[in-house]
Amino acid sequence: MASTRRHFLASVAAFSFIAIASRGHAQTISRALPWHPFAGEPPQPSLAGWYFFNPDEARAIEAIVDRLIPADDLSAGGKDAGCAAFIDRQLAGSYGDSARLYTAGPFMKGTPTQGYQGEATPAMRYRAGLAAVDAYLRKSKSKAFAELSAQEQDDFLKSLEAGKVDLGAVDGKSLFNLILQNTMEGFFADPIYGGNRDMVSWKMIGFPGARYDYRDHVTKHNQPYPHGPVSIAGSPEWSRKS
Amino acid sequence: MARKLPRKDVVIVGLGWTGAILAHELTDAGLDVVAIERGPWRDTATDFNIGYMQDELRYAVRKDLFLQPAQEAMTMRNNTSQTALPMRDYGSFLPGTGVGGAGVHWNGHTWRFWQSDFQTKSHLTQRYGEARLADLQVQDWGVTADEMESAYDRFEYLCGISGKAGNLGGKIQDGGNPFEDPRKRDYPLPPMQMTYGPTLFAQAAKSIGYHPFPTPAANLSKPYVNPLGISMGQCTMCGFCERFACANYSKSSAQTTILPVLMRKSNFEARCNSEVLHVNLDAAGKMAKGVVYIDQNGEELEQPADLVLLCAYGLHNARLMMLSKIGRIYDPQSGEGTVGRNYCYQTNAGIQLFFEDKNFNPFIASGACGQTMDDFNGDAFDHGPLDFVGGSGINCIPTNGRPIGTRPVPPGTPRWGSAWKKATKDHYLSSLGFSAQGSSYAARGNYLDLDPTYKDRYGRPLLRVTFDFPDNDIRMSHWVSDRMVEIAKAMKPKQYVEGRRNKSWNSVPYQSTHNTGGAIMGADPKTSAVNKYLQSWDVPNVFVIGASAFPQNAGKNPTGTVGALAFHAADAIRNQYLRNPGAALVQA
Repeated sequence: MASTRRHFLASVAAFSFIAIASRGHAQTISRALPWHPFAGEPPQPSLAGWYFFNPDEARAIEAIVDRLIPADDLSAGGKDAGCAAFIDRQLAGSYGDSARLYTAGPFMKGTPTQGYQGEATPAMRYRAGLAAVDAYLRKSKSKAFAELSAQEQDDFLKSLEAGKVDLGAVDGKSLFNLILQNTMEGFFADPIYGGNRDMVSWKMIGFPGARYDYRDHVTKHNQPYPHGPVSIAGSPEWSRKS
Repeated sequence: MARKLPRKDVVIVGLGWTGAILAHELTDAGLDVVAIERGPWRDTATDFNIGYMQDELRYAVRKDLFLQPAQEAMTMRNNTSQTALPMRDYGSFLPGTGVGGAGVHWNGHTWRFWQSDFQTKSHLTQRYGEARLADLQVQDWGVTADEMESAYDRFEYLCGISGKAGNLGGKIQDGGNPFEDPRKRDYPLPPMQMTYGPTLFAQAAKSIGYHPFPTPAANLSKPYVNPLGISMGQCTMCGFCERFACANYSKSSAQTTILPVLMRKSNFEARCNSEVLHVNLDAAGKMAKGVVYIDQNGEELEQPADLVLLCAYGLHNARLMMLSKIGRIYDPQSGEGTVGRNYCYQTNAGIQLFFEDKNFNPFIASGACGQTMDDFNGDAFDHGPLDFVGGSGINCIPTNGRPIGTRPVPPGTPRWGSAWKKATKDHYLSSLGFSAQGSSYAARGNYLDLDPTYKDRYGRPLLRVTFDFPDNDIRMSHWVSDRMVEIAKAMKPKQYVEGRRNKSWNSVPYQSTHNTGGAIMGADPKTSAVNKYLQSWDVPNVFVIGASAFPQNAGKNPTGTVGALAFHAADAIRNQYLRNPGAALVQA
């Protein structure tokens, strides 16, 4: 079961060595342009449930994304937009375990221009980071993050962002940046990955999504584009019968 | 011990732009050619699906089509006093992999370099004196713009470039680039229709006396049939160009311009998912015998061939030469050795404009639909009173409105919360950026070699990149940034925000996949790795084709020149080398 899920999630993340091996028949090509159905691996829609986070982590991350992207008159909040579910699926796939990255040692502290040099994968950083946040808040406030008031949550996140929270072995500032980056990815990515539910962010800013032909509108300078967004899985309006 | 395969006339390492051009040319000459490509087979009909190519997360953020660091990483440092560490993820530049190479996911800006670029050292020395170049290691290419004209023409007609000539046989043409060198005929297609942002930019630039023109684009303004008989379609302006494959047959690539013909030839074979480890040399190290590679099943194979063409990405060409012991690795202390010498990059700066009363529809875009001005590029302007050489093309080419990466907000905006959200909504449609793409001139301390510590998955040393922006290039970039401010002010935005170039080169934020040098061409084997035909000075049956051959980089995208060099080398092989195989085309 678990391995099936992991396989599925790898295909959601749309890259795996399995996929390359499955193209093995194309290794030597001559006298033809090869054609195979489904060679391009379409993305798979995100299913319900949690794949990476345990219940406590899920509660915390839902509360965090709901403060990073609060519900207001412009859009739904990060939680209802599916940002936590998005992060969960990313962490369970090839992003979470850094499968694509160079992960060989030795590990040394680098200069800022050399980029991230840690040994921990994003999945490891979330696991350790959320545990450290929880321990810190239980000690200082006797509460989990999700139990704080919205104001207390914002105050804590601002301190974390500013590098003013001592989380021991966890670098709070870089944890905050990682969560913020992934939250924004989820909010603005195609809904097929679990976030941006009902294309809320695209409707908010006016991005028409996965369209591919704007030729009619190129020279209509300074005029609003008249059509709403579509996603890879289509538009909800297409299947709604009144 | 590698299993030995039957001999081929030619083995090509890498099946991207240059590999496909060389394979097409040499199979036409009747040779039996095999291309060995470490990435997968990819084609429009099978892999570039119009139903899901518009996926920013998958292709732009998780970089699905690119070389993965797990397969091959590189180490970097800014100078020799530092310890190089691996770029664990690619950021500043993104090398390609797979059939079509980086030509699958480029934007499509297609330039010719100028005579003053090909003669960088002699031209600048003559005009400004030797002292001006004291801190630099710029060199001449060994070719002239006149020699390259027909090769550029062939690449532009292969691709169906959309543009407007600025100089036809010496006569300046209205609406084109007045600073370009003479060309024999116009581009194959007219310029693309302009979107709103570049139109405003061009009006402002003209109003202060500059000379903007439509950027020459490998995104097609009209349907086109190229000289090989391959049909392409009109660009639909979907805004998913760079980092994406074109699902619409309207961006030039090996897939859309060459492979439909090449792949049907009986004297051509492509082997995918197969990584070349090194070129095999004879005992004396003077001639190549073929290559050794590992196929997707992990089997090590030896492919003997009379002629070996390194057509990988420029950086990988340089590394393969080092791993194969072709030529001597450059030493920045002594200045001796040629492989790895004159690694250069691109010196870019930007400016972002925020308006209140404009709607740019940023998602209506293509990779190369825009306006450029070359008034401050290369040596188009007098550097006499200035304290630098080189220059930048100024480009207003809004390539996309993809919202994970493109949602500018003014400085001071919080990064999250309701205020962030309001600013994001307010500025998404109404802001516009333009940028300066600056030359990158060679300096003694910027080079490539093999890392002493970090290895790839086969245990071979990673390439080590030692680079920082030379002071000359930083001064150049700031001077051009001042000019960009003048243009920005003429556009009357509510606010503009500069993104200036400063030291040190940072490997994390994306800047440009225009890495040049490392196996540079030239007239002197002491200071170049290949001759003017891209033939190795040391092993004459090896040619090394790509931006690895640039002695320094101009303020222009390199692909046009890379494509032209591929035709230039193919001509030399067909018309000269094959008459006397194994002989040097230029006497050292």
